[in-house]
Amino acid sequence: MDSENKYPTEGFKCWKKAKELRLQYYKNYMQAKEKGGIRWAGNAPSIDAVPYGLGDDVYHLTGEPYGATVAYNKEFARRCHEVVEAKGYARDLCAYMRNYWGSVLLNEFVFGGPFPKPDFMWVLHSCCSHAKWYQEASRIEGGIPYFVIDWSAGMYYKWDEKREDYVVDPNQEHRIQYLVDQMQEGIEWLEDITGREYDDEKLIQAAKNYFESTSLWAEICTLNQAIPAPMDEKTMYSFYVFAALHKAHREVVEFYKELRDEMRDRVARGIAAIPNEKARIMTDIQPPWGFLEIYRYMESYGVVSIGSFYTFTLMGHWEIAEDGTFRPRTTPMEKGIEIRTREDALRLLADWALGLPMAQIFYDHRFKSHIMKKIFTQWKCNGIIMHFNRGCEGLTLGVAENKQALVEAGIPVAYYEGNMGDEREFELATVKEQITAFIESLGLIK
Amino acid sequence: MFDKFREWYENRHEYAKDWKEKTGGKVVGYICTYIPEEILYAANVLPVRILGGHEPESIGLAEPYLFGMYCPFCRDCLAQGLQGKYAYLDGIVIGQSCIHIRQTFFSWRQRIPHEFDHYIPMPMNVVTPRASIPFLRKELEIFKSALERWLEKEITDDDLRRGIEIVNKNRRLMKKVYNLRREPNPKLTGLEAMYMVVSSQLTDKNEHSDAIEEMFNNGLATRDLGRESSIRLMTVGSENDDVEFTKMVEETLGATIVIEDHCTGSRYFWEEVKLDEKDPLTAIAERYVTRTPCPQRDWEPERIRFRRILDLIEEFGVQGVLLIQQKFCDPHELDIPALRDLLNEKGIKNYFLEFDVTVPVGQFRIRVEAFLETFASDELFAEDIV
Repeated sequence: MDSENKYPTEGFKCWKKAKELRLQYYKNYMQAKEKGGIRWAGNAPSIDAVPYGLGDDVYHLTGEPYGATVAYNKEFARRCHEVVEAKGYARDLCAYMRNYWGSVLLNEFVFGGPFPKPDFMWVLHSCCSHAKWYQEASRIEGGIPYFVIDWSAGMYYKWDEKREDYVVDPNQEHRIQYLVDQMQEGIEWLEDITGREYDDEKLIQAAKNYFESTSLWAEICTLNQAIPAPMDEKTMYSFYVFAALHKAHREVVEFYKELRDEMRDRVARGIAAIPNEKARIMTDIQPPWGFLEIYRYMESYGVVSIGSFYTFTLMGHWEIAEDGTFRPRTTPMEKGIEIRTREDALRLLADWALGLPMAQIFYDHRFKSHIMKKIFTQWKCNGIIMHFNRGCEGLTLGVAENKQALVEAGIPVAYYEGNMGDEREFELATVKEQITAFIESLGLIK
Repeated sequence: MFDKFREWYENRHEYAKDWKEKTGGKVVGYICTYIPEEILYAANVLPVRILGGHEPESIGLAEPYLFGMYCPFCRDCLAQGLQGKYAYLDGIVIGQSCIHIRQTFFSWRQRIPHEFDHYIPMPMNVVTPRASIPFLRKELEIFKSALERWLEKEITDDDLRRGIEIVNKNRRLMKKVYNLRREPNPKLTGLEAMYMVVSSQLTDKNEHSDAIEEMFNNGLATRDLGRESSIRLMTVGSENDDVEFTKMVEETLGATIVIEDHCTGSRYFWEEVKLDEKDPLTAIAERYVTRTPCPQRDWEPERIRFRRILDLIEEFGVQGVLLIQQKFCDPHELDIPALRDLLNEKGIKNYFLEFDVTVPVGQFRIRVEAFLETFASDELFAEDIV
């Protein structure tokens, strides 16, 4: 080990398994009809625990990870954008959505073959695009039935002057009921369009999986507080995606347990993500998927990205402890709550979904600024690099204000403008220059 | 005849300041028309819609707080606040709307001094009223309580009924005026309608309703504008209070905008609160859930708003549609391809224009003129002439 490379490093043992699981997920969706199963499409936050009540042969495709996969394949993404724009859609719309629609319009699946049509669409709505994405996808695909649940029921937290922190707003009952009522109607709808009898036991098990997998992901991220960081954010992208693919599936729980144990082992042995860790940064929002090399570029300076509000909370569920620590959310099972009925499961699902930290950005940017400061401190960061992402107007809600708040708090912040899924809006050379200038401002040279 | 409304539109800030002085009441600014004005009227608070100033030089003020790809309207509104043009407001409220305008509210709430603010999580799901009406009713109750705490006075059911009647009466009267636009020789122009509807969002509705009644007393129904041979247009799309553009279409090019589907137009006031024997908050909740939705809430496969647009086209004898969209406005961008497909399928001529804080009137004149010429060419090549 030379003086630059002061930490031991090694690849993740579960890396191969992760790749296999991801591939299997897409294969299952593609081949669902051959097995007489059901397939549905929806957005990543959709409450997938509910359709699992239709049976064990129900497979789905989440649009955002699919759109990101398309983005990674720049040539395919370009063709998707062109065919979408030719249909009259604006190029400033969500890049994932345009990649998805493009794939449908081209009738090409990014993994090969024609685009596999879903039997129905099941969506959870929060940003301006979610419901409309599938409304238009349905129109393009010739009228596939869809059901949308409105998630935008208001802020789960409120500011507590005394504690100078956010606490759970006790006024949640009607908000929970709003989601429960929609899910109840959704279950009737699912039975109606599939002709299947709904199984509450399967719902209850899937709900438990959802609570467990998304809390486990938060636990995995928490282990990255160690110095050296055992996982870099580029690697994290390959792992967090499972919660965005099928968070209510038992397979994800089991995989995250394995990953959590491996993280614990890496921390115990001092295994680093990068051997030359000198500085730790956090990022913000989705990366430009076609240009993940910027993370390797940062590493050449000894800078590791430990994660972000985005990678931690897009799917991970967290809570704020009495002492102000940002920590994994305690699951209903850990609290000893028994889930016996459909109503029990739906109420807990609603409460869980409403409490997602990422969902709070739609009601108050100050919440995110506050949590970003917590992450900055707890994960021992030296700076923040934010992506002003033209490809996702939902998650860019509040970013300009977040930047102001972080700068006012004395945190070194840089930002670059780009697009997570449309390479035409990303200038690699310029962004590298911006990153270089920022890293050098932190006192690091190559 | 519509001068009063134009004056109110042009001198909105002076009006609100005078109202405050005259009544000693509070003025609350609101963002987006999904705010239950009925409750504010019940509390004797004047609701004033926050709109842009159409002055490009002021927009830079909002830049540090808003993402660069958010719509010009949300930047313009925030810039107005940062310039202190709405310094007389005592409070600010929003009925959950698109994310761009939400950011305007969030930044306003943080950066511009005020006594009171409130965010109403207006349900996005209007397709499942069974779930959304009880939810909204509870949120309205929370809003009412917040107002009561701020104003230190109770808002009774009788107050709510009074608030509902004030707003409903104004809606009824504006609809009565709109009916005059159906006629072959419309009794008002699109610009006059715009002044009337937008000023209704800026003034005391009691006074506004009186002004409408006065117009009827002064012969509005028998007015002759000599517009029977002009091309009848409909405008559809995002927020639009662009006077210069409307003037150009109607005064320079001679077309008449006979109806529109904007939140600054018919979509704002078309449906009343149906009180019947219901609890007033439930009645208000029903109105906002079942009103003609903004595109972001219009989730049905066939889209509720599209059906209404087609109905209005028929009822108002529309010959062509101008699709007007604020740059970067996602909800409308997500509807326009489907709407254009529908209009084309129905053989309804349409033309798309993207708006910014100000519009390039010269360029747009040429484009709209070319669009209008297509109507003349239809006549030229009509089968009976050829």
